[in-house]
Amino acid sequence: MQRYIARRFLQSLLALWVMSLIVFSLARVTGNPLDVMLPLEAGPEEYERVSKHWGLDKPLYVQYVVFLTKALQGDFGNSWKWHGYTAMGLVGQRLPATLQLAGFALFISIAIALPIGVLAAVMKGTVWDSAAKIIALLGQSLPGFWLGIVLMWIFAVHLGWFPTSGRGGIQYMILPAITLGWFQVAAVMRLVRSSMLDVLDSEFVKLTRIKGLSEWKVVWKHCLRNAAIAPLTFFAIIAGVLMTGSVVTESVFSWPGTGLLVVDAVRARDFQVVQAVVIVFAGIFIFTNLLVDILYAYLDPRIRYQ
Amino acid sequence: MATVTARTLPWYAPPRVAHAMRQVRRYPVVALSLLMFLLVIPAVAAPLIAPYDPLQGSLAKRLKPPAWQQGGSLDNPLGTDKLGRDILSRMIHGARVSLAVSMVAIFVGGIAGTALGLMSGYFGGTTDALIMRLVDISLSLPTILLALVLVAAVGPSFSTVIIVLVVLLWARYARLVRGETLSIKQRDFIARARVAGASHTRIMTRYIFPNVVNSLVVLATLQVGYVILLESALSFLGAGLPRPTPAWGLMIADGRELIVTAWWVSMFPGLAIMLTVLSLNLLGDWLRDHLDPKLRHV
Repeated sequence: MQRYIARRFLQSLLALWVMSLIVFSLARVTGNPLDVMLPLEAGPEEYERVSKHWGLDKPLYVQYVVFLTKALQGDFGNSWKWHGYTAMGLVGQRLPATLQLAGFALFISIAIALPIGVLAAVMKGTVWDSAAKIIALLGQSLPGFWLGIVLMWIFAVHLGWFPTSGRGGIQYMILPAITLGWFQVAAVMRLVRSSMLDVLDSEFVKLTRIKGLSEWKVVWKHCLRNAAIAPLTFFAIIAGVLMTGSVVTESVFSWPGTGLLVVDAVRARDFQVVQAVVIVFAGIFIFTNLLVDILYAYLDPRIRYQ
Repeated sequence: MATVTARTLPWYAPPRVAHAMRQVRRYPVVALSLLMFLLVIPAVAAPLIAPYDPLQGSLAKRLKPPAWQQGGSLDNPLGTDKLGRDILSRMIHGARVSLAVSMVAIFVGGIAGTALGLMSGYFGGTTDALIMRLVDISLSLPTILLALVLVAAVGPSFSTVIIVLVVLLWARYARLVRGETLSIKQRDFIARARVAGASHTRIMTRYIFPNVVNSLVVLATLQVGYVILLESALSFLGAGLPRPTPAWGLMIADGRELIVTAWWVSMFPGLAIMLTVLSLNLLGDWLRDHLDPKLRHV
């Protein structure tokens, strides 16, 4: 077990290092790094400052050492578009909004997927099951950003139930959270369905029925508790996916989180901010993956020996 | 009195519907015809069937609604966008863009992944370890972010999109082909080919490769839908194809700010993406079940 964790941990560090290498080399290999790092309208003193900050007059390997030490200290330079902010400061400022949205989306996707998954398993072969299958199929085929626009059109423009965009009370969060969570609903639902089917077939469920427990109690208490293990570990994967998925959702709903920040930064050619967001998100993404793998290995010993 | 369990409740699908659904699954007629209708025919014959130039609009006809709405006309059956370009024509050319991007990306990614997977499985040892580490790393990179940083550095273009997609796609082929190669290379005919003096390259291309083609076809089909979704998301974010390419994702992005006044600008391209990807997924599932059931978890 320790060996497995150590190996996966090293692998994750390696992936993060590759990502930083990509960010570093993209700015430097493609011609003059200052052209990449600064927009066209930047003045000479700006060029001077950025060049000094990253040591761009020095040889490449020195530049890399400078980049790496600064990155490890969380220093990704100053933002060009948002004056007076460091790139990392901006990320820190926007991250809570993203986490809030992702958390709420996770909650919504569970709240939708769990009952449907259980129902589909209990009523296997009925129209309910087919309906669940169709939902799953749609979940994989709908472009998330388009779903966001459709929801906005129906519920914000036509019915006027929710605001179209921005951040405020809970009513601002519902449409973005459904959009973000939608893709996960299908995956969680299928997982719940298949593990429920396994449990429904087992001996102890027959016993609870023989004992004369109500069907409701058998399904929702005894079966669900045992079927929840696989979906539970899956939630950690979702957390990682939701983080990167927020880039799309946030730009649909103008949700002022890190995802919107990075899209705005790309449009304004604010490379310092882009690299900060990318490294931070990659870190979160890679380490949630690591966490899931460890969790899986803990629950299912077969994985460790593969 | 017998207790009524949930399974005996009368909610079974009516037999005719159930039968129809079984038929649809057995032969992917609906999926195939949707695909032809939405993707292949428009893509192949775009200049012939599109009523207008997808890039040329007339400002006199800005934001016309679709034909069945008040103010719409059959000249522009699905309406026009804010530059007066015909939505239907742009969608038809958009099919060409989607198909071209996914074909090129899957072809290049598939060839690279297959070659590396063959080597990894066939030679084993250090080659294998090295390639598999690369696979692990590339599978753990966050796609959208990779695309954003690439676009921030070199700007959006067709080749940027292809590079991002290839970096993302090759690893799955490599992993799949390696696994199959490992088991094929144990078989007798490989040893005999070796004895007969066949070179390593010849064994890999002539003896092992034909045996993994089925799995490759299934994986590629399953990935077309995924690639179309991904490309449209990237284009939507401004990290995919540059304007004014008639890409479905870009058209949806154009319609986002017009959602209050002109819903049709983003609605129709979105429907096109959804139906195309849906039918590709159905087709992929069907192919997998018939050609290669062991791929269930891909």
